[in-house]
Amino acid sequence: MTLLEVRDLTVTYPNGAAAVRGVDLSLDSGSKLGVAGESGCGKSTLALALLRLLPAGTEVGGEILLDGEDVLKMRWGQVRAVRWAGASIVFQGAMHSLNPVHRVGDQIAEPILLHGGAGAAAARKRTGELLEQVGLPTARARAYPHELSGGQRQRVMIAMALACDPKLVIADEPTTALDVMIQAQILRLIEQLVSEQELGLIMISHDLAVLADTCDRLAVMYAGRVVEEGPARAVYEDALHPYGKALSGAFPRIGDPASRFAPRGLPGDPPDPSDLPSGCTFHPRCPVALDGCEVEDQWLREGAPGRRAACVHVGAAVRSTT
Amino acid sequence: MTTDLVRATPRRLAWQRRRRSAVRFWKQYRTHRAGLVGLAALVLFALVALTAPLTVGSDVTGVTDAPGNPLEAPSTEFPLGTDRFGRDLLGLVVWGSRVSLLVGLLAAVLSVAIGAVVGITAGHFKGAYATVLMRITDWFLVMPTLVLAIALATVMSRSLGTVILAIGVTSWPTTARLVRAQTLAVESRPYIERAKALGGGHWHVMTRHVLPNVMPLVLAQTTLMISSSVLAEATLAFLGLGDPTVISWGGLLQDAREAGAVSAGDWWYLVPPGIAIAVVALTFTLCGRAVESVLNPRLGVAR
Amino acid sequence: MVSEAVTAPVARARRPRTGTGYPRYVAAKAGGAVVSLLAVLVTGFFLFRLIPGDPVKTMTGGRPVSAEQLAAYRREFGLDLPLWHQFTDYCGKALTGDLGTSYQFRTPVIDKITEALPNTLLLTGTAFVLYTALGMWLGTRSAWRHGKLGDRLNTGLALTLYSVPSFWLGLLLIIVFAVGLGPIPGLFPTGGMESGGKEGFAYVVDVAHHLVLPVITLVAVEYGQTLLVTRSALLDEMGSDYLTTARAKGLRDDLVRRRHAVPNALLPTVTLVFVNLGRTVAGVILVETVFSWPGLGGLFYQALSVPDLPLVQGLFLVFASAVIVMNTLADLIYPLLDPRVGR
Repeated sequence: MTLLEVRDLTVTYPNGAAAVRGVDLSLDSGSKLGVAGESGCGKSTLALALLRLLPAGTEVGGEILLDGEDVLKMRWGQVRAVRWAGASIVFQGAMHSLNPVHRVGDQIAEPILLHGGAGAAAARKRTGELLEQVGLPTARARAYPHELSGGQRQRVMIAMALACDPKLVIADEPTTALDVMIQAQILRLIEQLVSEQELGLIMISHDLAVLADTCDRLAVMYAGRVVEEGPARAVYEDALHPYGKALSGAFPRIGDPASRFAPRGLPGDPPDPSDLPSGCTFHPRCPVALDGCEVEDQWLREGAPGRRAACVHVGAAVRSTT
Repeated sequence: MTTDLVRATPRRLAWQRRRRSAVRFWKQYRTHRAGLVGLAALVLFALVALTAPLTVGSDVTGVTDAPGNPLEAPSTEFPLGTDRFGRDLLGLVVWGSRVSLLVGLLAAVLSVAIGAVVGITAGHFKGAYATVLMRITDWFLVMPTLVLAIALATVMSRSLGTVILAIGVTSWPTTARLVRAQTLAVESRPYIERAKALGGGHWHVMTRHVLPNVMPLVLAQTTLMISSSVLAEATLAFLGLGDPTVISWGGLLQDAREAGAVSAGDWWYLVPPGIAIAVVALTFTLCGRAVESVLNPRLGVAR
Repeated sequence: MVSEAVTAPVARARRPRTGTGYPRYVAAKAGGAVVSLLAVLVTGFFLFRLIPGDPVKTMTGGRPVSAEQLAAYRREFGLDLPLWHQFTDYCGKALTGDLGTSYQFRTPVIDKITEALPNTLLLTGTAFVLYTALGMWLGTRSAWRHGKLGDRLNTGLALTLYSVPSFWLGLLLIIVFAVGLGPIPGLFPTGGMESGGKEGFAYVVDVAHHLVLPVITLVAVEYGQTLLVTRSALLDEMGSDYLTTARAKGLRDDLVRRRHAVPNALLPTVTLVFVNLGRTVAGVILVETVFSWPGLGGLFYQALSVPDLPLVQGLFLVFASAVIVMNTLADLIYPLLDPRVGR
C-alpha cells in the first residue's frame, strides 16, 4: 500500500533559488527509502517541504500525497494535525533541534498532549515508555538537553518522533554529528523501531554507504532532482548515473582492492541553486559528458528493471521532457 | 609594469587598500535609508552651527538691548517668539546649537578616547593589569552614569570644560569593553605574531596593527556617543550645572522653566530647544546604527 | 549608545562557569558586590573631599560668611582632621547608616532619605513594571513581524522617544495635560504627590491621579531600550532549529512563539533590564524634579542647587548602592531561571 507519493515537487525560495526541481518519489508503508546527495542538493528542503515547514514566501508546486491526501492542498489546521501524528521528523544536529530550556520529557510529551488529547499523567507514562524503547532510563525525562550526550540527544529525538505513532518518519541526517560507534547504534535503533512498528521511513544522508546499509531503495539527488533511483544495494554497488558512481566511489569499500586505485570524489563544487548550469545540470563536473549535455536536459529513464537514471548514456527515456 | 612595481611601496599599498574599503563602506552605508536621512540632517545641523556667526551673530545673546518684549508668542517678526528677556528665540536656538554640538562632540571624543585607550591596552597587555582594568570598567558600567556626572559637575566650577569632563570620564566603559573585544580578536591573527617575531614592540603592535583595525568601531561608537553626550549636556544644563554664561539648548529649557513658561502655558518657549535636542540625538543615533550594522551585520541592530 | 550598549551585553550575559556549583557562584557574586559597594564608598569620599578647593566654600557658594562660621562648618564636617582620619570616620559612620547632617535642612541625611524613599519606590516601581512589560511586549511583536511596517514604526518610535530628553517631555505633558492648552483642559495635577486632606480610598485615588503624568514620562523615555533589547534577542533566537521542531510537532504559530521562542529570548534580556537600571535612576531624578515629586530624585535636585554636599553625597551613595544591589540580585536569580546555565 502506498503511504507517500510525491509528484513533480518543486520548491523555489524567495531569493529565487530553485532548491527542488521536479522530484517524484513513492514509499510503501513498512519500507525504507534513502535519499542521498551532497549538501545543497535540496534533500533537506525536500524533508521540510513534506510537512510544509518551509519559510513563508517559498513557492512549493506539485503534489505530496500522504495516505492519498495532498498535503499542499490542506488547510493549515489539517496540516498541523498531520504534522507529527501523520509524519514526524528526526532532525539533524539534535543539540539545536531540542529546546535548550525545556526538560526533554516535556518536549516528548508536548506532541502527545497536543495530538492525543491525553491527560498529563498518561503523557508522562507514554514518555517513559518511549524513552525505554530508545534505550534511555525513564528518569532522563527530567534532564535538560545540555545534560545529555550527543547520542542520547539523538535517542530523545527518535523517541519524540515516535511519540504520536506516525505512519511516516523522516530522518534528516540523523547520525551526522555523531561518532562512528554511536552512529551504528542509532542506525540499528532506527532500523529496529521501523521494522517493529511497520513505519515508512525516509532517511536523508550524504553517506551512501549508511543508506545502502539501512534502506530498501535509494534515490540520489543532484541540484534539486533525483538523478538515479533503484534498489539500495544495486545503486550503491553499480550506479548507472556518473554522479551516483562518483558518490559511491567517495566512500572506499573495505576489502575491494579496485576502490583503492579508482579516482575518488568529484572535481568542482555543487551548483548554486539560484544559478544552475544549462542542459544537464551535472555536465560541468561529468567525466563522460557529451557535447549535447550542455544544451539538453535529461529526465529519469529506465536503465534496468526497477532502476532509473537521468543520463544520456542510460536506455530510453521513460518520460518526455515537457 | 616596472613603474607600477617601483611605486608599490607598503605605504601606498596600505593606502590603496584603505581607500577601497572606504568606498565599499560607503556603498553599503548607502543602502541604509535611516542612516542616509540621519547623515543629511547631521550635515544640515553642522552647517547651521558653523554659519551661526553670519546668520544670527553673537548679538542675539545680549540681554541689555533685546529686540522684543519678554515672552512674546510667535509672530512674523519672531517666528518662535521671544524669551524672558525679549530675545529672539529662533536666533537663540540657532546660536545654542554651537555649544550643544561642541560639548556633545568633545565629550564624546574624550569618552571614546578613554575607552579606546583602556580597551586597547587591556586587550594587548593581559594579566593582572587587564584584570584590574576590566573590573574597574565593569564597575563603571553599572554605575548610574548621570548621577556620577552630576556629582562631578557639582563639586567642580561651572564651566563648559567641567561639563565635558564630567560626561567624558563617566561614559567610557561601553567603548572600552567593545574595543577590548575587538583588540583581542585582532591580536589573535597570525600577522600580529609575525610583527612581534620581526621585532615589533608593544607600541608598534598597538598603533600600527591594532589601532587601524579598531578605528571603524571607534568611529561608530563616537557617533553613538555624541547622541548621548548631547542629551547629557542638556540634562546637566537643565539642572543648572552648565556654564551660566553661554547659551545652550538645555540652558534655554532651564531658563524657560525658571521664567514660569510651564504654568503660563508658553509652549513656544519650550518646544524648539527640546525638538532640537531630540532631533540631533536621533540623527547621531541613526548614523551610528547604520555605521555599526555596516561594520558588523551580526549585531543585528538593523535587522 | 542605544544599539551597542543594548545588544552587546546579550551575548555576554553573565554565566557562571559550569561545575563550580551554585553556592560558590553566589559567594563569588556577593564578594564582587561587596567590593563594588566599597568602591562606591571610597568614590563618594574622594569625590567630595579631594576635588578642587574647599567643600565649605563650594557649599556656601560665595555668600558672605564670617571666618568663625567657616571654622564652625569645618569642625562640623570634620574637615579640620587629617584626611585618613576623616576617611575612617566617614566609613565607620556610613556603615552604621550615619550619612552626616544636611547643610540645608539641618537634619540627618539618612532621615531625609528614608522619608523620600517610599515615594520614589512607588513612582519607579510603577514605571519599571509598565515600561518593562510594554518594551518586552512590543519588542516581541516587532521581532515577530520583523521588517514589516509595524516593526519599522515600532522601532522608529522607540528610537525617537529614546532621543527625547525626559525632563522636556515631562514639561510638555504638564503644559498640555496639566495646565491645559487651547481646547484641552488641565486634566492632571501639575506636580506633587497628593492634594492634601484626603483619607482612605480617596487618598489612593488622589495619589494615583498625581502619578499618571510622571509615570507616562518615565515609561515613554525608558521603554525603547527594553524594546530594542527584546527585539534583537528574539531575532537572534528566531533562526533556531528547535523552533522548526516545535512547528513540525504541529504547534500553532502563537504557541511556538509563546512557549518556545519568547521565554528563551527573554531570559538573557531579564539581566539587561537590571543592568539598565542605572539609566533609569537618571530618568527618575529629572522626572521627579519636573513634577516636584517628593522622592529621592527631587531631593537630589534640591541638594544640587544649594549645593548641599552631605545630602548630595548621601544620595550618591544610595543611588549607586541600589543599582549594584539590584544588579547582583539579577545575577543571582538568573541561573535559577535559565537551565542552560549550569548550576
